[in-house]
Amino acid sequence: MLSAGEIPLAERRSGYEFMSRETRAMQDDEATGPALFSLFDGEALWNRKAGQAGVACASCHGSMKGVAVRYPKVESGRAVNLEQQINVCRTARQNAPPWAYESRELLALTAYVARESRGMPIGIEWNGATAPFLAAGREAFNRRQGQLNLSCAQCHDDNWGRRLAGSVIPQAHPTGYPIYRLEWEALGSLQRRLRNCLTGIRAETPPYGASELVDLELFLMWRANGMRLETPAVRP
Amino acid sequence: MARVVVNVPASAKRGEVIEIRTLAGHVMESGFRRTERGELMPRDIITRFSCSYNGVEVFSADLYPAMAANPLITFTTVATESGTLEFKWTGDNGYAVTQSAPITVV
Repeated sequence: MLSAGEIPLAERRSGYEFMSRETRAMQDDEATGPALFSLFDGEALWNRKAGQAGVACASCHGSMKGVAVRYPKVESGRAVNLEQQINVCRTARQNAPPWAYESRELLALTAYVARESRGMPIGIEWNGATAPFLAAGREAFNRRQGQLNLSCAQCHDDNWGRRLAGSVIPQAHPTGYPIYRLEWEALGSLQRRLRNCLTGIRAETPPYGASELVDLELFLMWRANGMRLETPAVRP
Repeated sequence: MARVVVNVPASAKRGEVIEIRTLAGHVMESGFRRTERGELMPRDIITRFSCSYNGVEVFSADLYPAMAANPLITFTTVATESGTLEFKWTGDNGYAVTQSAPITVV
């Protein structure tokens, strides 16, 4: 599946490895990490009865270990990421209004669920169901866009490890989302990060939840297959 | 909601240097940012943190607007005797949180 210009398996590096010693220490410190309060919120939301159905996540689900490493998933003809799946559950099972994308609640619950898979290898299958969405994601990754006319691949496949202004260009493996980004001083989703990059190359930013972004998420997760989930990761 | 977490070793040897880590959930709004409408967002920060060990202050810090959100404050002290560490954060808009942690010194 590897095509020219893509990073050989042996050379793949998590963004963690490009960080300073201090920032790594923040991520490794689970007892006083900066995403801790979001995880507490997520745990409370997981156990709280919500919606007209009056059921909590915990009423139906047991352990969520291994769930986050398989998202985005293809469901009823479209790729669905973990945030969207939580909102599907909220509307269909709990009969509650969906949370706004990037809201504190949605990020907290997503982080709490993904945290259960911390340390597990990412496993996205390239099969009949996922192929069209993965292909669309790969196409988006390699497509030049924006006023700077840059593709994702030009930075993250061809020039990773070099510097863009003062920052190291990482390989763009989404191993730790939602991440606590120091620049945001808050937890944020992969789509927020993707929209940041798109703004950076002065391209159009699809709205949160847009299928273009989910397909790209799916491709990036597939591209990181086998790498360990770090959620909630800390990034500069 | 004001939330804090402290991480203190449960026990230590007398004379040992112990590391204490504290995290406070706080937006630390600097007072210099403006909204999309150009209005200044009022300052809302933690201004002081202190730690007392059996009633004696062993560490304190004044915080200023340049501090990032959710300040993580890590410091060391010498384990002298069993007792309680008291932590106190105070700040703008009446922000005041206290937390305590026991320590056994052998």
